[in-house]
Amino acid sequence: MTLASTWRGGPTASTRSRRQRYEAARRRRSVLIAVASTAFVVGLLVWLLPKSSGWRNVQRAFFDVDVFGSIFPDLLGPFWYDVQIFLWCAPCILALGLLIAVGRNVRTPALFPVRLIATLYIDIVRGVPVILWITLLGFGVPALLETRAWYGGFIVWGSVALIMAYSGYVAEVFRAGIESVHESQRAAARSLGLSSGQTMRSVVLPQAIRRVVPPLMNDLVSLQKDVALVSILGPVEALRRASIEVSRTFNFTPYVAAAVLFLCVSIPLTRLTDHLLQRERRMMTGTAIT
Amino acid sequence: MKLQLEGVVKEFGEHRVLDHIDLDVDTGEVVALIGASGSGKSTLLRCIDLLEPIDDGRILLEGDDISEPWRDPDPVRRRMGMVFQSFNLFPHLTVVENIALGPRKVRRRARAAVRAEALDLLGRLGLADKADDYPDRLSGGQQQRVAIARSLAMDPEVMLLDEITSALDPELVGEVLDVVRGLREAGMTMVLATHEMSFAREISDRVCFLDAGRILEHGPPTEVLDAPTEERTRQFLRRVIDAGRMERSCPPPLLRERKR
Repeated sequence: MTLASTWRGGPTASTRSRRQRYEAARRRRSVLIAVASTAFVVGLLVWLLPKSSGWRNVQRAFFDVDVFGSIFPDLLGPFWYDVQIFLWCAPCILALGLLIAVGRNVRTPALFPVRLIATLYIDIVRGVPVILWITLLGFGVPALLETRAWYGGFIVWGSVALIMAYSGYVAEVFRAGIESVHESQRAAARSLGLSSGQTMRSVVLPQAIRRVVPPLMNDLVSLQKDVALVSILGPVEALRRASIEVSRTFNFTPYVAAAVLFLCVSIPLTRLTDHLLQRERRMMTGTAIT
Repeated sequence: MKLQLEGVVKEFGEHRVLDHIDLDVDTGEVVALIGASGSGKSTLLRCIDLLEPIDDGRILLEGDDISEPWRDPDPVRRRMGMVFQSFNLFPHLTVVENIALGPRKVRRRARAAVRAEALDLLGRLGLADKADDYPDRLSGGQQQRVAIARSLAMDPEVMLLDEITSALDPELVGEVLDVVRGLREAGMTMVLATHEMSFAREISDRVCFLDAGRILEHGPPTEVLDAPTEERTRQFLRRVIDAGRMERSCPPPLLRERKR
């Protein structure tokens, strides 16, 4: 036998079967190979990058440690602005999206206008770039209301634009979730005597919402970044603050600093999404998939 | 008369699934619907529960026409319990919450009282220890018993059972059929579609053989299952016996001749 296990067997190996020992050895080997190859590639990059001719200029323009150190604390306040916009927009988007999705699913003839409006809303809102909504509402509405002087107005209408645009996407996610609940669930609920509204509330929506948590998180991650689009209206949030600094010093490091701030939020959010996705999959199949 | 069907017609597009069905079910009577897949058994049960609108005819519950299209179906459905082939338990609710949902939402009763009743019902079905589990932790037989309990919690006057053992492993069929036997003893009016001929023979007062949307033959199980008069019924029962779904302890003479 030339099995790897014959020469790798540890002290506990005697209690394991020959197959288990072989599989364990193979796992150890794959980990070793992964570590070695990663170390090689990273080492190569670290060694080669500073040797390339333009590296010094790139470093000075984008990764200037001194500029980074001085601007980073100044960005924290404006970034809190971004976070705040995100924090009030997200619940509004989820609530409005759910409302529109349910509206699109109503079958009562008297409520057909609701259905029509919900469908049109989704089509129109999703068909226009987010940045266009922000300029349209952010500049347009204050001009209309002649409240340009009111500085907070930009933030409010920028937020409204984000809520409008994103609620369209979120509504479609909810709708997909509602439609993924099998007809037989509705039949079971109706046969108990539940009305269609009660069936929606107690049986369909709880299942639908649970299923769409991961895709919803995806939309929230992308919302968290698109909040920076509000900067075109003028409020000094992180991106705006960074560009002021860039135009003053002609060094791009502030942009990188702003990017780092956004990453600090979006990467944990993305990981959370992955985790939720995996948990969802485990619940569906009853076993862990790795 | 508990339940009366008069000339019930149901069409899916051009296809006539139920073709003038007449059926009377007395209070406390158990009627078994047999017939090949696609003969209309499930559709008939769904029509009785008003899950499908009928295209012609009438359905009367206690002499009251429940099939009138302008009638609100929700209060009518509360008086009938339906159990499905694929259980259709609510996966996001625990066993006891599944059972309590109807009484809580429809009857608007207090949580504690409903829960106590649900636990009592589960105890009688031998599932007391599963009360707070989610349905996916239960075996098929256990799930189907919970589904029956969920219907019973609404205190129905009629139970409609749609091939409730067809999705079960053979060794789990017995525990579900035991529950149905108990219901019969309690005097429950039942209409059940089934593939289990020996069970239909044992439990039903009357067997109806459905073929292409018509009741071709009906009567006591000893007549329909042991001495069918219609050639289509004989053909069907022969196939059932070949598939091992009916014991051949006392096969009718006609069948014995053919399969020696």
